[in-house]
Amino acid sequence: MKLDWAIRELHRSEQELRQELLRVAERHAADHDIYYMARDLAAWSAAHVEQLAAIGRRYGLELNADDADGASVTEQLREESARLLGRRPEPALLLLRDVRQVHLKAAGVSLDWELLAQAAQGAKHLELLELAERCHPDTLRQMRWANAKLKESSTQALLA
Amino acid sequence: MTKVDRIAEPWGTRTPYGPGEPWPVRVDTYLADGLGPADVDRWVQSASILHSNGDGVDIAVKDDRIVGVRGRAGDRVNHGRLGPKDLYGWQANASPDRLMAPLVRRSGRLVESDWDTAMDLVVRRTKELLAEQGPSALSFYTSGQLFLEEYYALGLIAHGGLGTNHVDGNTRLCTATAAEALKESFGCDGQPGSYTDIDHCDVLALYGHNMAETQSVLWTRVLDRLAGSDPPLVVCVDPRPTPVARAATVHLANRPGTNVALMNGLLRELIDQDWIDHDYVANHTVGFDELRRRVGEVSVEEAARICDVPADLMREAARLIGTGERLVSTVLQGFYQAHQATAAAVQVNNVHLLRGMLGRPGCGVLQMNGQPTAENTRECGADGDLPAFRNWSNDHHVADLADIWRVDPMDIPHYSPPTHVMQMIRYAEEGSIRFMWITATNPAVSLPELARVRSILSQERLFVVVQDIFLTETAAFADVVLPGATWGEKTGTFTNADRTVHLSEQAVEPPGQARSDLDILIDYARRLGLRDRDGEPLVKWNDPESAFEAWKECSRGRPCDYSGLSYDKLRGDSGIQWPCNADQPDGTERLYANGGFWSAPDVCESYGRDLVTGAPLEETEYRALNPQGKAIIKAAAFTAPHEVPTDEYPFWLTTGRTLYHFHTRTKTARASQLQAAAPEVWVELSAGDARRGEVSEGDRVEVSTPRGSLRARVRVTDMRDGVLFVPFHYGYWDHQVDGEPAAATAANELTITEWNPVSKQPIFKTAAARLTLLSRAEGQPARAPTTTAARPVATDVPPTTGGPSALADEAFSDVLR
Repeated sequence: MKLDWAIRELHRSEQELRQELLRVAERHAADHDIYYMARDLAAWSAAHVEQLAAIGRRYGLELNADDADGASVTEQLREESARLLGRRPEPALLLLRDVRQVHLKAAGVSLDWELLAQAAQGAKHLELLELAERCHPDTLRQMRWANAKLKESSTQALLA
Repeated sequence: MTKVDRIAEPWGTRTPYGPGEPWPVRVDTYLADGLGPADVDRWVQSASILHSNGDGVDIAVKDDRIVGVRGRAGDRVNHGRLGPKDLYGWQANASPDRLMAPLVRRSGRLVESDWDTAMDLVVRRTKELLAEQGPSALSFYTSGQLFLEEYYALGLIAHGGLGTNHVDGNTRLCTATAAEALKESFGCDGQPGSYTDIDHCDVLALYGHNMAETQSVLWTRVLDRLAGSDPPLVVCVDPRPTPVARAATVHLANRPGTNVALMNGLLRELIDQDWIDHDYVANHTVGFDELRRRVGEVSVEEAARICDVPADLMREAARLIGTGERLVSTVLQGFYQAHQATAAAVQVNNVHLLRGMLGRPGCGVLQMNGQPTAENTRECGADGDLPAFRNWSNDHHVADLADIWRVDPMDIPHYSPPTHVMQMIRYAEEGSIRFMWITATNPAVSLPELARVRSILSQERLFVVVQDIFLTETAAFADVVLPGATWGEKTGTFTNADRTVHLSEQAVEPPGQARSDLDILIDYARRLGLRDRDGEPLVKWNDPESAFEAWKECSRGRPCDYSGLSYDKLRGDSGIQWPCNADQPDGTERLYANGGFWSAPDVCESYGRDLVTGAPLEETEYRALNPQGKAIIKAAAFTAPHEVPTDEYPFWLTTGRTLYHFHTRTKTARASQLQAAAPEVWVELSAGDARRGEVSEGDRVEVSTPRGSLRARVRVTDMRDGVLFVPFHYGYWDHQVDGEPAAATAANELTITEWNPVSKQPIFKTAAARLTLLSRAEGQPARAPTTTAARPVATDVPPTTGGPSALADEAFSDVLR
């Protein structure tokens, strides 16, 4: 039984996705659409992390329920400089790179949920299966958002 | 015939009627000083332009000048009535400060010029940018106040000619959520209901819709039902004590930003009590199980707590909505300009789907809009969508449009959703949009966070063209200003919020060198040399009627089918609702009778979006969700707004409009009766908050948010606690000292740069604000109306009246002519 391994992996990848979304929000603080939505989507991952930590205890894991809430001083400085840089065209290309990264990370999380769901089903661990069925759709929506944002932004960023 | 001061009595005299009876005729007339009907040389057919109601009106002309207006007795919308803005607003046309000639910027100053010089500058800059960067450098920001023919021309030129995706209207601020909510629920834009549903309903629910002030003649219809036999019960959802709230059977004054929680509470109660038409739901909808699961997550008590309304009152509202036999619901800015705009508006559609109340007399949804021609902005593609509700992500629809326009499908940008105005502003900030042509709107006052908007519009690298009838706050940032002709000075059609099409004919010549917006746009296309794939001119028509004929072909077979209409048919007893075609030669009163929708995957306008992230669904997802073209029940959980009150900013700020003004007052402030009724900005707050904050009626205060501040007098009203309301009409053109604003008065100095991710409508209804006393009233109350939602608590404030110059005629008739 390596369910604990799968939970730990997912916990790690969700945390990374959350941090990536917060980084993207900071870097594009002058792009209000990105700023607000990336932070909202980071909160979805934070909720997943919390639930994984809770269920992880039953598998002998001690996982953090959160990691450093809210914006640190350096984050705030970065947001400020992002706003000041808002007038330059490079952020559009940086945005493409960043959103692409969100999509990749979310895709990884999505696969991790699938792995966990498969194993939970095989082991008939119903609560774990339920958790996967509840959370995985959020991950797919995070991916879709990133995909849509790329489609919407790429023409302007690459042709302007 | 009676004389009524229609500033003091905005809705005029009651003509009561019962359910199913015809609404009696009352013809309202207002003529300039001392003139009588016998003095009028001719009456010219038109419809009202300072709101979205679409009241049929005749323009009185004497000596080739407009001298007054009279309601059209035979019009299906108003049965002769006019609102205060209709009665007095026309006077602005003759204002001495109309723009008479094109202006161009020379050495930093706007100087008078001529059409050749101005248009050459615009065309040259267009060509330079096309060569340097391509169409992604070009953007067009239009209005909800041009005519149908002008929007269609703009859409053709921008999409089919130049190939830019950056086209939007200020309808983004007023009606984007209405369109999006209809697309989400029914697969396609198009108003389901009809104003005549008011005649039949037994329950009327108004959601964030102060109808008394935004569509005053429609409210007159409601007041006449309320005064007649078997009046409807009224449910009002609004944090302010509007005239609607005062007439309501149940008023839910919910906390700003909680509309989805409120709707979910109502839906939960409908489901718990089984006030559901299960056959309708089974036969005509998809998605009910998801809605039941979602609203099951939160109890009515919990929803009521979030909204800060009594749970019993919420249940009582649900009982009226759930047990009425003929339910009409209307929705407007209280829902549309909030952070969960689309999700909330969609839940109102869901109420009607659960109850099977669509497409029958008295059973309708009216997702409203604010501006007179906003509907046409949506239909003709001037809000960025493809014309006639074609689906930009359906290649067959794009190919069909390309065929009509005789261009290559690849020439019509459809690689991504159209760029909404807030994104255009962002691209301009980044420098990738370098040309912005603004027609008939005033973003320097109407967009959120004005300091940011000004700093972006004033960039040297952005070429700004402003086409308007006055030198607006926005025109001050222009490189070229083009003088437009307005209502009464040009011919065209427009369509109101219940799909009623009107013809508005030219009554007088425009002043000076001013030209119609259609002429200007066609001139631009000709000078650019835009061609179709056969080498013929892209724009193949040269006047309003030939443009209308072209639009008819573009709309043929689509939901908004105009093919059965003509200018001739629109003359006479006026007002015909689309679709109007060979099958429905007299138009169509209600959409979606018998549960038939335009939502099949091959015909729908949109595959829908994620109600939280706004990400568009893919075609395959939509096909799986809704293969048979039913209505779509979409659920959403409540989320809190991003900016909420804090210790530093303890109030909710909400902004809105007043009965006597339209938009940024470019016209209404130039009509003396309207301007005098509401001459300067004010801030409303509750009596409890006034007592706790130690301020009273008339005190001068500063209202601040993290974005900026403004100064206003206090109006203490019956509003719920914890909320400040500021009207958004008050810019700076008439309050200047040495060319600089006398004091900050524009509500959008305060608002936040954020929008609903689904409809992209900016958030004007929530922000966190604080209030600071500047000086005491010294006996001067706020100069705000006493007749409206701004009615004071204090009894010693002089009532709003218009005096002798506001006396209008009312003539009554028993029969609808």
